[in-house]
Amino acid sequence: MTSSSSNALTFQELILRLQTFWAQRGCVLQQPYDVEVGAGTMAPETFLRVLGPKPYRVAYVQPSRRPADGRYGENPNRLFKHMQLQVILKPPPENVQELYLESLGAIGIDLRHHDIKFEEDNWEAPTLSAWGVGWQVMLDGLEITQFTYFQQCGGVDLNPMCAELTYGLERIAAFLQDVDSIYDIVWARDPDTGAVVKYAEVRLADELQFSVYNFEFADVDKAWKHFELYEAECNALIEKLGVEKKDLALKRGNSADPDAGSGHAQSVARFPLLGAYDLCLKCSHLFNILDARGAISVTERVGVIARVRALAVGIAKAWVDQQKGESVAEKADEPEPAAEKHTKRTKEALSPVGS
Amino acid sequence: MPDFLLEIGCEEIPARMIEAASLELRERVAALLARERLAGGELTTFDTPRRLAVLVPGISQAQADLTEQLTGPSVNVAFKDGQPTPAAHAFAKKAAVDVSQLERVTTPKGEYIAAKVTRKGRSAAEILAESLPKEIAGIYWPKNMYWRKPNERFVRPVRWLVAMLDGETIPLEFDGITAGKTSRGHRILHDGAVTIPAGSAYVDALRSAKVLGRAEREYQIRKTLDAATRAIPGVRWREDKALLDSVVNLTEFPSVILGGFDSQFLSLPAEVLVTVMRDQQKYFAIEDANGKLLPHFLAVLNTDSGPHGLIRHGNERVLRARFNDARFFWETDQKKSLLERVDLLRSVTFQKDLGSYYDKTQRVQRLCSWLNEILKQNGVTVRPGVVHKAACLAKADLTTELVKEFTELQGIVGGLYARAQQLDPSLKEETRFAIADTIYDHYKPESTEDDVPRSIEGAMLSIGDKADTIAGMFALGLVPSGSKDPFALRRQANAIVKVIAEKKLPLHLSEMMKDARAGYRGSAAEKKFVDDEAYAQSIKTLFRERLEFYLKDAWGYAYDVVKAVLGADVDDVVDSLARAQAVKQVLHLPEFQAIGAACKRMRNILRQAEEKGIKPAENFESLPESASEEQSLAAYVEGTGPRVEALRKEKKYAEALLLLATARQPVDAFFDKVMVMVEDPKLRANRLALVRTLLKEFSTIADFSEIVAEGK
Repeated sequence: MTSSSSNALTFQELILRLQTFWAQRGCVLQQPYDVEVGAGTMAPETFLRVLGPKPYRVAYVQPSRRPADGRYGENPNRLFKHMQLQVILKPPPENVQELYLESLGAIGIDLRHHDIKFEEDNWEAPTLSAWGVGWQVMLDGLEITQFTYFQQCGGVDLNPMCAELTYGLERIAAFLQDVDSIYDIVWARDPDTGAVVKYAEVRLADELQFSVYNFEFADVDKAWKHFELYEAECNALIEKLGVEKKDLALKRGNSADPDAGSGHAQSVARFPLLGAYDLCLKCSHLFNILDARGAISVTERVGVIARVRALAVGIAKAWVDQQKGESVAEKADEPEPAAEKHTKRTKEALSPVGS
Repeated sequence: MPDFLLEIGCEEIPARMIEAASLELRERVAALLARERLAGGELTTFDTPRRLAVLVPGISQAQADLTEQLTGPSVNVAFKDGQPTPAAHAFAKKAAVDVSQLERVTTPKGEYIAAKVTRKGRSAAEILAESLPKEIAGIYWPKNMYWRKPNERFVRPVRWLVAMLDGETIPLEFDGITAGKTSRGHRILHDGAVTIPAGSAYVDALRSAKVLGRAEREYQIRKTLDAATRAIPGVRWREDKALLDSVVNLTEFPSVILGGFDSQFLSLPAEVLVTVMRDQQKYFAIEDANGKLLPHFLAVLNTDSGPHGLIRHGNERVLRARFNDARFFWETDQKKSLLERVDLLRSVTFQKDLGSYYDKTQRVQRLCSWLNEILKQNGVTVRPGVVHKAACLAKADLTTELVKEFTELQGIVGGLYARAQQLDPSLKEETRFAIADTIYDHYKPESTEDDVPRSIEGAMLSIGDKADTIAGMFALGLVPSGSKDPFALRRQANAIVKVIAEKKLPLHLSEMMKDARAGYRGSAAEKKFVDDEAYAQSIKTLFRERLEFYLKDAWGYAYDVVKAVLGADVDDVVDSLARAQAVKQVLHLPEFQAIGAACKRMRNILRQAEEKGIKPAENFESLPESASEEQSLAAYVEGTGPRVEALRKEKKYAEALLLLATARQPVDAFFDKVMVMVEDPKLRANRLALVRTLLKEFSTIADFSEIVAEGK
């Protein structure tokens, strides 16, 4: 096993094996989110799905962009954009650690020949008002996975909580293939000819050009403008939803008719919070670019992070509420006296967000 | 008398938390057993990253029955005409005895009826099943989590519980887990259920499942570190207690491998290499007999030692990448000199109200100039130009990649860069090196065990930097309280005390802190500052406590000696230390035991007089009606006082105190024969004046009323 032998997994085989493993354990295989994110956690498949009571299992690869980490493709260990394989298990099964270790077996790591340790590492994302406790999983001294029990997201306490496994794919591939530079990782191998395509061939150009863009060319004034535009639209959406909900509550409160406000209820249910969340992600990415450009002073930094966080928290709370509405709508199909249904719905709509 | 075993099986507990939690569990179980009268022998703990366990041999199977006397209604109520009333019957029923068994007891309130009741002791199993879950839930964790219900919290999910009395399971439940007899072995080397036959067999059962207790792991690690190091002649592994504790707490069945790295990395400073190895990789460094780093490392594994060499290979690969990173940072950092970086500090926040590190740099430079003046005036030799330049550059390394990556190397990196860079062509190399060392050392001492800076200039910068921080924070009212000290201001004050003491610097804390505060004059923060008086008071309290801690902790002075010494003065660290030494020297003399008692007496007399509004006379004067003991004491004070004062001024404290010891006889005679608080107001005021003068004489070096008499 391992040691640069040609039978070590290619980068894409590594992904396929992990995906297969988790698919076999009940995960939905999602595709990477198509808005820039700094980590797999920020993709809505994590950020929004972990909220609320619905069980969910999902796995997906997420290219994660961190403009300040770019090194023009010159550093063998650091990337502007790296790939994470993100697994969310909500709620986590009791044997979640054992499952995780089994997944290492699936990618050819025989733990009897290696040293594995779970070392404390508590994850926190201030821009998302999210945190959890957990470990960095160390394999022969290499951090290969971030294992987190997610406790809070968007300022909302999670119930049930969930396990988040984030595999660092480049690191694991370099380990399996025993190469010292990420760029030497074999991405694909032609099964007929044995010809290989390396990581550098696939990704080096992005690393170089995005480093140049993020550090040298990104237009600071325009980036600020974009930031403000996205932020303004996102805020406007959150406010608009607030008005809809108030109207709904008012209509229901003032009327004995169980169908009162159904128009508003519908407009709450179809309200594009997902669109608002994309705008929030845009802000987060622009913040990262501005940061890489050195355009944010330390004193401003805290303030800008707080602005992004306010968007994320606003959306998370609204999302929880919106989901509650949905579960009430599902219950509405059950035979139930109308009057009782009415009171219940009113109560749901009036209950404080995030509780 | 069964053996009791409790094991909490948990997902990996953070290494830094295990020991404290294990100790707490032990204390909780001990307290529970005592409270519930279940006795038991010596408790032992067993802890690993995946379990906390307590073993207690020979606890009681059940509580002993408890016989109590219950008191009922008074005899008058309980019996009418010798016959029991309904009240007597009711009481007998409550106490579960026959009316005929009721007794009479006499109490201060009269005669009452009583009954002896025996409360049946509960079984240990029942009590433990009921109480242990609360004890487990009560364990303190610096950071905890929930996994089932938000109100159930523990450090990580609990996955199994073993609770036994000899071979019997105690049916306890915690967070949805029911205790049984099944533990688990090592994750990889055993990976399976381990049935514990009885509490007494626990340690052996785990050992065969490749799980060792703490002491055994530590022994094993030390032994294998030694063995691995012997592979290379003439070298040793670098002792590191904190690192050792950390790896002991990360393993259940440790072993060690020896790895190597390319010797070209040795061109990087040893500080950087060791930090990478220790902090990022938890590796032990290897050095030769002269302490020079060698291109090898030792990694502690949580498995057997990887016979296939894969583990060594993997660890070497990671270290190579880490060292490459460090070298990249080092080279990138050289593109901008420290001098150029000073300006970048404008955008590095020191504290939100106190401005940037650039502002701090300016203030510390100013404060260091002041220190320079004071020290020079007091005859301390300071190399010119060193501290000023060092203070200017000291924080510049905060903008370097290396410090951003390894914050614990702040200062050290600055020092290394200052040594490697030209700084200023007009500087002699000797001065440049002195500046570099001053920067290098200026965070020292980082703990009470850590060394102080090597040079006087390093000491000055260390003090100046910390005094500036404390001044700003205290002026903002951010005073540490209880366990809350987020800016580690106590630690910084400890460092100041230690540096002043060890470098014997003639500094007055209050003056220095006043000047440190003056550095903020005209800054935006000033509007938020507390007034001068409140500031001075809180600073005084801080340093008094720190000095007290230092005298006790570093010098081992007894509590009362420290109190006595600091009762006289707390402003001069070196002087306090000298006085403490002198007090300790003379304290064993019987005279001082007597003087201590006399001082207490004098203090009481003066306090009582003050409470009654009786004022001492301005000065003592010899009156015709003055007692002879009174007069001879006054004569003694007049004659000896100035001599003591002269010795004190020369800081010959031991001699001064020995001279004071001669006061015992006149003082004792005075108190034997003379009453101070007499009716005659004039005589009384006169005597009070004498007492006051005397107490003042005694208290200039130490407040002897604080001395605890020997044998008490």
